[in-house]
Amino acid sequence: MWATFLEAHQAVSDLLEINPNGLYCPAGNFYIDPWRQVSHAVITHAHADHARPGSERYLCASSGKHVLRTRMGNNATINTVRYGERFSIHGVDVSLHPAGHLLGSSQVRVSHRGVTWVVTGDYKLQHDSTCECFESVPCDVFVTESTFGLPVYRWPEPATVADEINTWWRANADAGCTSVLLSYALGKAQRVASLLDPSIGPIYGHGAVMKLVEAYRASGVRLPPIDRIPPRSRKIGGGRGIVIAPPSAAATNWINRFGETSIAMVSGWMLLRGVRRRRGFPKGFILSDHVDYPDLMQAVKASGAQRVLVTHGFTDIVARLLTERGYQAEILPTRFIGEERPDRSAVDKNLEDDMQSPESE
Amino acid sequence: MQRFSDLYWKLDSTTSTNQKVAALRDYFGSVPPQDAACALSVLCGAKQVRAISTRLLREWAAEAAELPLWLVEESYAHVGDLAETLALILPEQLTNLSGGSGTTADQSSLSLSHFMHETVIDLKGKPDVYKRQKVEETWRRLKPRERIVWHKLVTGGCRVGVSRTLVARALAELSGLEPTTLAERMMAATIETAEDFQSLISTEPTSVDGLRPYPFFLASPMSGEVHELGSITEWQAEWKWDGMRAQIVRRSAGISIWSRGEEQMNDAFPEIVNAAESLPDGTVLDGELLAALPNNLLPFSMLSKRASRKRVGKKILTEIPAVFVAYDLLEAHGKDIRSEPISFRRKELLAIVPTGFEKRPAPAGGVVKLKVGNGNTNDRLFHSPLVPGGTWDELGCARQNARYRGVEGLMLKRTTSSYAHGRQRGDWWKWKVEPLEIDAVLHYAQAGHGRRAGLHTDYTLGVWDGNQLVTIAKAYSGLTDEELIEIDKIIRSTTIERHGPVRIVKPTLVFQLAFENVSKSTRHKSGIAVRFPRIARWRRDKSPHEAATLSDLKALLEQITGE
Repeated sequence: MWATFLEAHQAVSDLLEINPNGLYCPAGNFYIDPWRQVSHAVITHAHADHARPGSERYLCASSGKHVLRTRMGNNATINTVRYGERFSIHGVDVSLHPAGHLLGSSQVRVSHRGVTWVVTGDYKLQHDSTCECFESVPCDVFVTESTFGLPVYRWPEPATVADEINTWWRANADAGCTSVLLSYALGKAQRVASLLDPSIGPIYGHGAVMKLVEAYRASGVRLPPIDRIPPRSRKIGGGRGIVIAPPSAAATNWINRFGETSIAMVSGWMLLRGVRRRRGFPKGFILSDHVDYPDLMQAVKASGAQRVLVTHGFTDIVARLLTERGYQAEILPTRFIGEERPDRSAVDKNLEDDMQSPESE
Repeated sequence: MQRFSDLYWKLDSTTSTNQKVAALRDYFGSVPPQDAACALSVLCGAKQVRAISTRLLREWAAEAAELPLWLVEESYAHVGDLAETLALILPEQLTNLSGGSGTTADQSSLSLSHFMHETVIDLKGKPDVYKRQKVEETWRRLKPRERIVWHKLVTGGCRVGVSRTLVARALAELSGLEPTTLAERMMAATIETAEDFQSLISTEPTSVDGLRPYPFFLASPMSGEVHELGSITEWQAEWKWDGMRAQIVRRSAGISIWSRGEEQMNDAFPEIVNAAESLPDGTVLDGELLAALPNNLLPFSMLSKRASRKRVGKKILTEIPAVFVAYDLLEAHGKDIRSEPISFRRKELLAIVPTGFEKRPAPAGGVVKLKVGNGNTNDRLFHSPLVPGGTWDELGCARQNARYRGVEGLMLKRTTSSYAHGRQRGDWWKWKVEPLEIDAVLHYAQAGHGRRAGLHTDYTLGVWDGNQLVTIAKAYSGLTDEELIEIDKIIRSTTIERHGPVRIVKPTLVFQLAFENVSKSTRHKSGIAVRFPRIARWRRDKSPHEAATLSDLKALLEQITGE
């Protein structure tokens, strides 16, 4: 199976190619976000579907070190470089550039014999005070994610969403009802915290969230005061409090400890009424750490690339559209070959992207 | 329009009935009566005008958003709701469109009735160029959320997740009237104008009484053990007929046959209207319309074929003659007797409709001649006879054999019960026969809509005819969300071919299909139609070749109908 698979993708795999371990650079003998354990792994960011444990050496952006450490454990060998700093791996010119996805997330620029590739990992163009801003890097071949690559996905301004969240929180607080915000433990939770107005009430974090809040603080990111949840936590903060928790916590008894709550999900998928309804969240806030459709188109254009490889998401649709618009566009398969369309299960996976099971405290 | 849109989203965002009622009450209490009338007809699911085809609307939206049409289609497939898809792709500010002046967002506060008239009703039958100009102008006037609601209105597909009962409750709170009074008035009157609405909530008696039916009382499905209902002497049993529930209203104002969906069906059943002439003035019967030849009941599919017609010709009248089997009397000699016990109402019913409707007894084969003939009351109007049974076990036996009589089971009614309104548990139970079941194989699958968008949840199931699968049913329900997700994955990985949204899959998935009955069908390739198909469970333990064959089904048909 791999033989035919590789053959089919030979054409696109000069500087980087897919092999059974993941996205590989033969000239430099390293992988980017490998699927399996390898000797040299360049990591775009610490989410579980990009950073997998067990490889011999990891390389990431210096600002992402603490976060990656919490994920890979104390024994992992993690080397870091500053954004924009050029270095050589077996003669291949490599540098990392901010992707704006979460703290320390990188685009990987790989240049060799006059050809430059940029692998975005996951990225967004929107403002986010908890991480470095996306930087457009000129290249010949642009590898882009397409999680939200349909024109229905256009994000509202983060400031508007922040206002909506704070208004909702204030109304709950005034009613003496604890607010619970569900969001991924890594990246989204910290971004959400940065948008909260601490004058409304105290902010609390679920254990899975707190571990990463500490990693963010250790990396120098400024966040409002966030406390661990006290043991007897009914009506925390006299019902004026807000809890940030991973989505899986909503399905467990853990949530019941707060007495009367108002629960809201924070995710890009909340843009769709159908998703909100079937997930059973009465309230949803639209905030994503991935590019929306207009920003995806803009990023492609800004890269100056003629060739675009589309991965993770609505690959066939985005590739078709880019082809119609004159690009040489192809699908870059992800680990799960076969179905590229983000179906319902993919939507659910992404809602719970990088979530850990709720921990007891 | 803005207020209506706000109401729509408020109703959408909560599952609490109290909050829904409050939202409705606030809305109706704050808008002018002509808007209330307009909103009410939408909320109650009145037939809507399709002013613009969805095809045109999506083409225009694609152009306005500068997107290829295929991309809009792909987006729709993902979102599962066209109105929402189009609203999401349209630019917030439509500056690139030709014609019209700048945006005037405050115009969205225009009254709903004006708005509906100008941007929906008025467009019907107009040339496309005019429609398009109006559409673009309207987009410019509305905010994205309002556009979703308007897209639904202009394509005639605006359905809101509230029941009439809730609407009646909200209007009752507003007017101080009883919810039942409102439910009755809503059922009879067409509410189109401000005056209609005002008289609906008026505390004065209104003029709509003429031919108005009563709200139907609905039985609940038996869930527990029948013995738990107490002494059998407190109950009466009737057959549960497999026809269409209807009320015949015979008053000085005339005759009207009402479906449960509150549509007048006089045109579809002229012989019943004729027969009802002989009923005394001031009579309302509740019962079942059935299709029946002199010696045989016809399957439900034939009745429904007939009911959907505007006009029925001689051919249909001869081939699919209808009868009305009454099981309750709601009004006698102009007096509402719904609060009397059913034992009393039944006595009165038998005085007005003396002939009982008999069907061939079990087992199959024996046939009782039905007197269906020349249009006399006695030949068209019957009462539903009681099913005798001294013990619950005896009735249990009768229920077991129900299918062979062409009925769905038994109805159990407490002899002291009054005729209530809506579905109130406790006094009326439907005790249906256990469903028939076979194992069928998934053949085709299609993505669902709404809540199930993006998931393949619409299944076409088949049974084996040699080594070919023949389709016997489409089924949409009966599986858990988790199962649906898992099956969706299997469907994607076993797809052989795609025809637009439909996937032909390799036969690997076996489902236990439950259904109420089987009948012959010329519409289906298999020659057999199953009634109320739904999935009972996913048979992971079975391989596709262990599933049923067409001859199994034919044997079942023969056993049940004797055909």
